[in-house]
Amino acid sequence: MFTPGSTARKVASTCVVSTVRVSAADTPLTLVDDVPIDIAVSRGASDRAYRGVSYIAGGTTLLLMALIAFFLVKRGWQAIDYEGWGFFTKTEWNPTAAGGTFGVAALLLGTAIIAIIALALAVPIAIGVALFITEFAPRRVRKSLTSLVDLLAAVPSLIYGIWGAIILQPKEIYVSRFLSAHFAWFPGFHTTSVTGHGPTNLADFASSGFLAGIVVALMILPISAAIMREVFAQAPPGEKEGALALGGTRWGVIRDVVVPFGRGGIVGGSMLGLGRALGETIAVALLVSRSTRTHDLLEVLKTGGNSIAATIARSWAESSGMATSALIAAGLVLFVVTLIVNAGAAVVVNRSRSGATTEI
Amino acid sequence: MALIDLTAAEAHLVAPRGGDGGTGNSDLLVEPRYFDRDQVITHVASAIAALAFTWLVYERLTVFSGDLGFLVVWWVSFTGFVYVTSRQQWGSVVATNNLVRVVVTSAAALALIPLAAILLAVIVRGWRGMQISFLTTTMRTASTESKFSQGGAWHAIVGTLEVVGLAALMSVPLGIMTAVFLNEVGGRLAMPVRMLTDAMSAIPSIVAGLFIFAVLIQSHYLDQTGFSGALALSILMLPTVTRTAEVVLRLVPGGLREASLALGSTEWRTTKNVVLPTARTGLVTAVVLGVARIIGETAPLIVTMLGSQLFNANPFANKQDALPIYIWTQKLTSTGDNTVTANWMWAGAFVLMVLVLILFVTARILGNRTVGVRRG
Repeated sequence: MFTPGSTARKVASTCVVSTVRVSAADTPLTLVDDVPIDIAVSRGASDRAYRGVSYIAGGTTLLLMALIAFFLVKRGWQAIDYEGWGFFTKTEWNPTAAGGTFGVAALLLGTAIIAIIALALAVPIAIGVALFITEFAPRRVRKSLTSLVDLLAAVPSLIYGIWGAIILQPKEIYVSRFLSAHFAWFPGFHTTSVTGHGPTNLADFASSGFLAGIVVALMILPISAAIMREVFAQAPPGEKEGALALGGTRWGVIRDVVVPFGRGGIVGGSMLGLGRALGETIAVALLVSRSTRTHDLLEVLKTGGNSIAATIARSWAESSGMATSALIAAGLVLFVVTLIVNAGAAVVVNRSRSGATTEI
Repeated sequence: MALIDLTAAEAHLVAPRGGDGGTGNSDLLVEPRYFDRDQVITHVASAIAALAFTWLVYERLTVFSGDLGFLVVWWVSFTGFVYVTSRQQWGSVVATNNLVRVVVTSAAALALIPLAAILLAVIVRGWRGMQISFLTTTMRTASTESKFSQGGAWHAIVGTLEVVGLAALMSVPLGIMTAVFLNEVGGRLAMPVRMLTDAMSAIPSIVAGLFIFAVLIQSHYLDQTGFSGALALSILMLPTVTRTAEVVLRLVPGGLREASLALGSTEWRTTKNVVLPTARTGLVTAVVLGVARIIGETAPLIVTMLGSQLFNANPFANKQDALPIYIWTQKLTSTGDNTVTANWMWAGAFVLMVLVLILFVTARILGNRTVGVRRG
């Protein structure tokens, strides 16, 4: 992300000296490369205190992350120990204060399904938005468009959630029914009835993983688009002008300069969106009906859908004892998964030539 | 979350020095003009032809129904027509370019539709029942049979302001100090701190709530009060403040630091009297962005605060409510679209959205000011 290029600091604390050295043959004088030398600084008490305090501030971040991992493991261990490997393989989720049976497999599957739907919808549109802002939009509106996309990122997820549940859902169920009727061959779109009235009953399609996926897609779209836009905008102007000068069209410039250059941004932006989608809590909690049967989860158009975060949010208030520990353990799994995804995103964005100065 | 275009601010600084600053497209000297009169005519004609074609399809095929289906069929045929007519006039290269332009422009429009729909829903529905009493009443005597004026969000608004204020009080100094550490002091610790700040900004918000619960509430150090909620929010706010502040500090010209050091001032005085004042507006932006990040957070508050129906101005004792919890509770208790709880919910969402918009506009205005310009 950030290049550690605080050149100013380096320049301030070191001094560049052009060393003039007399060569062995005595003539002529040769100028040797500039070599920075460290100046021995003796710092006063105030500076030592200042450095100490800033080190402590920096260390707090390290400490906090370590504490988060430690305490999630500590409090969740009771549940993981109780279930053993079953915690990762069982699909039912019925923890009680004293014990019960539970495993995160179904929750993890539901989380992944919602994230995949969200990504499949959001990434192509995000690429389109980013390309439109950097390549096609008239220069005057570029800034306002960027602002609007950023405003989309500033809307609280709770508001997305209630909008999705109340306004979008009554429309979305018709789309779901249409898809299940005419595109049942598509993986996940085949739908068996819950209510026994046949899959034409609209109620079968309420509170589905598909609905949650759409709303989460709207939420990750501005985040992915912002990353991609920044990376696309850094495609070298010289190469773009070269492509145009050779008679290329805008599409030619995009295909041969912008996209190859910004590939890291596309992958990194998508993965950051994925991280966000996996951890999204409140909107999903309002939209899914939290099924733990895998075949319900796999039929994405049908009532069902689930996620780790939504389960924690919905069942937190009435949990105690082992149930609380189970929820914390599920939170730990989510924490680890999002960390892995985001670390991957950071590596990809950093490795791409264009992403060197991208803020993610 | 890049709520603010810092690369634009950077351009102000870099451009006068002669570099292109890598800010990209705006540096193109030549803006080729593809979209001339013939192109406009082709697109408009394709749109009309597609409309006629779609109407025909809708008369014949009953598979599709509703406005959405009409729109989809129209759009597909429109792009097809644009491609075919362009190809006949200008060949395949221009036709492909036109096709891509239509697709990309549509994607951008598609992304803005939900934004408009959400804002519209919140404004229309929130305003519909809105009464001034909503801002001054609590839910003490309210039930699902009450009238709208018998309930309100006064206690939740006060709670939100206190909780967010407390969170800011904790994470702003820490975040700015961490940014100072990363940018001004550095050292071997800087790399891992920077990496973990990024990792921290990716923590799912509910995990932050779980952490505070596991550490402090479960061990009975704290009760589920407003302060516990503020602690959870400060974990989410810290990385946002740190990262934005770091970007801003990096924009402070090195020459200013060197001048200060060369005049014999210490590192601390340089930071205090030169670096931080120069970056003042940018640092305020960092704070505003941090607040915008957490003001709508619901999940960590559900875990750490639980919420309340009553007014409680003391965040350190007893349960407290916050706007997000208020909206969430009303959503869970509302049974239908036109009930009083649904109206309270939308009114709460309206107030929350207004707060977010105020913060957003503030961040924009401050962010557009140039960082690092010397003041008289």
